[in-house]
Amino acid sequence: MYFAGLDVGARYTKTLIIDGDARVLSKKMSTSGFDNNIISKNLLNNLCMELGITLEEINKIGVTGCGKKNIDFANYEFSETMVAAKSVFFFNKNVRTIIEVGAEESRVVKLNSDGRIIDSVINEKCAAGTGTFVELMARTLEITLKDFSELSMKSEKKIPMNAHCIVFAESEVVSLIHSGVDKKDIVRAVNDAIASRIASMARRVKVEAEVALIGGLAKNSGFVFSLKNNLELDNIVIPDDPEYMGAFGAALLTREL
Amino acid sequence: MIVHYGYLDASGEYFITVDDSKCSVCIEKGCIKACPKSIFMESENDYGEKVMMVKDEVRKMLKYICAECKPSVNRPPLPCVTACPYDAITHSW
Ligand code: SF4
Ligand code: SF4
Repeated sequence: MYFAGLDVGARYTKTLIIDGDARVLSKKMSTSGFDNNIISKNLLNNLCMELGITLEEINKIGVTGCGKKNIDFANYEFSETMVAAKSVFFFNKNVRTIIEVGAEESRVVKLNSDGRIIDSVINEKCAAGTGTFVELMARTLEITLKDFSELSMKSEKKIPMNAHCIVFAESEVVSLIHSGVDKKDIVRAVNDAIASRIASMARRVKVEAEVALIGGLAKNSGFVFSLKNNLELDNIVIPDDPEYMGAFGAALLTREL
Repeated sequence: MIVHYGYLDASGEYFITVDDSKCSVCIEKGCIKACPKSIFMESENDYGEKVMMVKDEVRKMLKYICAECKPSVNRPPLPCVTACPYDAITHSW
C-alpha cells in the first residue's frame, strides 16, 4: 500500500510517499510556481520512479497547503492545522503546542492529550514573522541560509530591532551594516525579531509544554535559540524533517480514510 | 476548538476569537445575519462540525472592516457579540 502527501506551500511544494505502516519511503521538494498542479505531479512521478512504481499504484493522495485547491488529482484535502496536529502527535504524544513557521505564514496549534486541536491561531498578514523574511535578510547581508543560522549562535550581543515590517526591517538592517555592526549580531537581531513576533502570537493560545516547532525555519538554530529564550522554554521538540511535516500529516490522514 | 482569526502588526493585535464548540450546537447562527459587513459564514471545521468561521478574504483586514462598529468613543455593544447567545465571540481590540 502506498499513500502520498502533498504540501503545496507559498514558496515550496513538498511531497512524500508512505507505506501502510506510515514509514516514509521517499520524499522530495521543489519551488512552487505558476502551475503547482504540474509541479506536484512531476514531483510525485519522480518519487514513484525512485520506488519503481507508477503513479496509479499509489492508493490515495492527500493534499494540504495554501495551494491545495489547485491540485486536481488528489483524493483528499486537509487544512494546514489538521496536518500539523496529525504529524506532530504521531511522533510525540507529549506535544501540546505546535508552532509552525512557513515561508509566508505562521501558525500555532494547541492540542489536548488525545491530539485533538483545542486552540489555533494563524498569522498570514505580516511577512516579518515568516521564512521569507529570513531569506530576504540573508540576501541583504549577503550570506547563505546556513550561515544565517550558524552566525546567530556566535553572537553575544543583543541589538533590538524596531521595525515590525519587512520593508522597514530591510532598511534597518542596511543602516546597521553601514554603522559597522558585526554581521553575527545583526543576524541575531533578525532572529530575535522574528521570534518575538511568533512568541506574541503563541501567547494567544497560552503556550504549554511540550512545544514542537515545524516548518522550514525550524532548521535555523539561531531562530530556535531566540524562540526558546523568548518563550522561556528549556526545550523545543524539532522533528527530523520539519519542513515535510505538512506533507507527512496529509499522507497519514489519507491512510486513515 | 478555539480559533483566533486575524493578525498582528506594528499597530497592534486584531483577532476575532471564536469558541466553535459552542457554534456546533447553535442552530440559529445569529452572528452571520447580525454582522453588517457579512464577515462570517457557516462551514465545517476539521472535525466535521458545522460552525461559524470568519471568511478567508477578510481575515487580513479586520481592523478596517470592523472600524464602523468600533468608534473610538462611546463604543456601542458589537452586533456580532450581542447576537451570540453562547458568548462564543471575543475581539482582541
Ligand atoms: S451565534 Fe455564537 S454560537 Fe452561534 S454560530 Fe455565531 S458565534 Fe457561534
Ligand atoms: S464588529 Fe461589526 S463588522 Fe466586525 S464582526 Fe462584529 S458585527 Fe461584524
